[in-house]
Amino acid sequence: MKKNSYTALTISAVVIGMVGLSFAAVPAYRAFCQITGWGGTTQRATEASGTILDREVTIRFDATVSGGLPWYFKPEQVSQTLKIGETGLAYYEAENLSDEPVIGSASFNVQPAKAGLYFRKIECFCFTEQLLEPGERVSMPMTYYIDPAIAGAKNLDDIKTITLSYTFYRNEDAEREKLAALGDH
Amino acid sequence: MADATTADHQADHKPSFFVRWVFSTNHKDIGTLYLIFAILAGIIGGGMSGLMRMELAEPGIGPLLAFVNPNLEGEAALAAAKNFYNVLITYHGLIMIFFMVMPALIGGFGNWFVPMMIGAPDMAFPRMNNISFWLYGASGVLITLSMFVPGYGNQLGFGGGWVLYPPLSTQGEGPAMDLLIVSIHLAGASSILGAINFITTIFNMRAPGMTLHKMPLFAWSVLVTAFLLVLSLPVLAGAITMLLTDRLFDTTFFDPSGGGDPILYQHLFWFFGHPEVYILILPGFGIISHIVSTFSKKPIFGYLGMAYAMVAIGFVGFIVWAHHMYTVGLSVDMKAYFVAATMVIAVPTGIKIFSWIATMWGGSIDFKVPMLWAVGFIFLFTVGGVTGVVLANAGVDHVLHDTYYVVAHFHYVLSLGAVFAIFAGWYYWFEKMTGYKYNGFLGGLHFWLMFFGVNIVFFPQHFLGFQGMPRRYIDYPEAFAFFNEISTYGYYLTAVGVFVWLIGVAEAFLMRRKGEMNPWGEGATTLEWTVPSPPPFHCFDELPKVK
Repeated sequence: MKKNSYTALTISAVVIGMVGLSFAAVPAYRAFCQITGWGGTTQRATEASGTILDREVTIRFDATVSGGLPWYFKPEQVSQTLKIGETGLAYYEAENLSDEPVIGSASFNVQPAKAGLYFRKIECFCFTEQLLEPGERVSMPMTYYIDPAIAGAKNLDDIKTITLSYTFYRNEDAEREKLAALGDH
Repeated sequence: MADATTADHQADHKPSFFVRWVFSTNHKDIGTLYLIFAILAGIIGGGMSGLMRMELAEPGIGPLLAFVNPNLEGEAALAAAKNFYNVLITYHGLIMIFFMVMPALIGGFGNWFVPMMIGAPDMAFPRMNNISFWLYGASGVLITLSMFVPGYGNQLGFGGGWVLYPPLSTQGEGPAMDLLIVSIHLAGASSILGAINFITTIFNMRAPGMTLHKMPLFAWSVLVTAFLLVLSLPVLAGAITMLLTDRLFDTTFFDPSGGGDPILYQHLFWFFGHPEVYILILPGFGIISHIVSTFSKKPIFGYLGMAYAMVAIGFVGFIVWAHHMYTVGLSVDMKAYFVAATMVIAVPTGIKIFSWIATMWGGSIDFKVPMLWAVGFIFLFTVGGVTGVVLANAGVDHVLHDTYYVVAHFHYVLSLGAVFAIFAGWYYWFEKMTGYKYNGFLGGLHFWLMFFGVNIVFFPQHFLGFQGMPRRYIDYPEAFAFFNEISTYGYYLTAVGVFVWLIGVAEAFLMRRKGEMNPWGEGATTLEWTVPSPPPFHCFDELPKVK
């Protein structure tokens, strides 16, 4: 009987290990997407690119507002055409249509997804939460460039257009924290 | 002598009805309970496909309107009918997979015959075996409840498909999805406990001389299946737990607004889901090997190759999951990998198909009812396997994804493959399990009705898929009407076949033709044929010795 218990316990350990792995998949998947640019995950850069190639790419801009967010949110330009490695500056416009302060956070990616690894943002409103007072209207900048390393990636030779997309969500956690901080005063 | 008499008496001493069936710790009784459970679930799940086929017989929304709340009118009634259709596809899938095929093959035939085939007195943990079954019972109650409580708004049941993808499965306030999640948790726990039991039994309780390399292929198939269960079900449990916390506790595992990703659910789900399809079919492979060998009166061709082909299928089954997700935006290189890995599975599967044919080759083949089903299985499974290779190509799949071609493919391997294997096993072991002979004419009639029936249901669905008809819709344009009508006629024929089967079962129990210990003769060489039919409450008075 000891032998049976031993086998059963070993397999139970495997079961528990697999449950653990399924939860470990959550941070692992996020890290994987950030590192590989999977699902069109864009990359961050601290400074502009040193080299500029003689190849043009058109960047198209897209904006979506999630259901629970009382905001107007649109790109201020439909598209920009620039050389690979050249730094671009684009603006998005947002307005709080409600009569209360609202905090929003943006999620983002690019299509085609394979371009994610080469789309580098230097600064972006999507890096932080955005607080808009009632009726406040802001123009939000983002600076970016397309990594010249794209020239070395055969799979991306066909890329002439990249669509950058943002979706703004209401960030209720941040709003609660803000309220709590105000309450302390 | 006195001692021997007492021992004999004890060998067939059965507990009272309640204790025997509710507190059951006997592997044969638990196997019987599982089989009854699977039959009931199969009739319910099969009835659901009947409702779907009736609705799809012609364009427009018709028959399902009869099932919605009669107080609803116009658009509201249509919306309820559409929801009911979505609920039908969802629960048909879940019931057939979790409550019909798995209990029948693993819980039913596995419990009945694995201990007997390896010469063990019972399963390693008989009481755990009991709780495995009753967890299934509780799970069945919950999934049934889930159909009758609100899912979205006041629509009853969850209609997001058996895969339970978010965001459909994380939105909707009603308790239908929550009940469904807990139901699947319980079914999963049951299967994991069962798998632990099988692995322990097979590793530690084989009769003297029964080495792993002499073990019958059905026991091998259940062993591999048990490992797949142990490695894949916990991942499903993790994924649906995340769904549950996303729904109830404001986590955002799969919600982009909180930094989650719904695609992650698909990865987790299919990491379970792909091995799951092998969980459904591998025990069937085992049964077919026994039947082909028995009725060809030859040992199985390439025994070791057959055993290790199943191990290989199980292993490769874990590294091909994303071929269910070619359209989510995988990179070209990733798709190339998953195409190649998926196609590799055709190799061990081919070994099995060709070894069955090689077993028949030159054999003295006797086309008794189980052999009809086995040959039917080989044909249908091969058709489904070939369409699987077509779908494995990412480029082709972008066109065929979520069309009826996919529906036809997986019904050929599962609805036809796994179900034909179950019926093959049913006729092969019916006399052993019940002690009665079935009626050969009714068995043959059942086979031919179902063989033509299911082919008429599913073969035209390949054409619908090529025409571009998407799955999971209650209605379709006129252009798809012709093959849908034919498909529905096929269902009616299949339903008649199932009815003939039930008549055959009733007939066998009414006529009580006494069964033999080994009705199949020299070809049936495994240990279950060395005990009487039905086997005594405790088999193996003497420990069997394997040469």
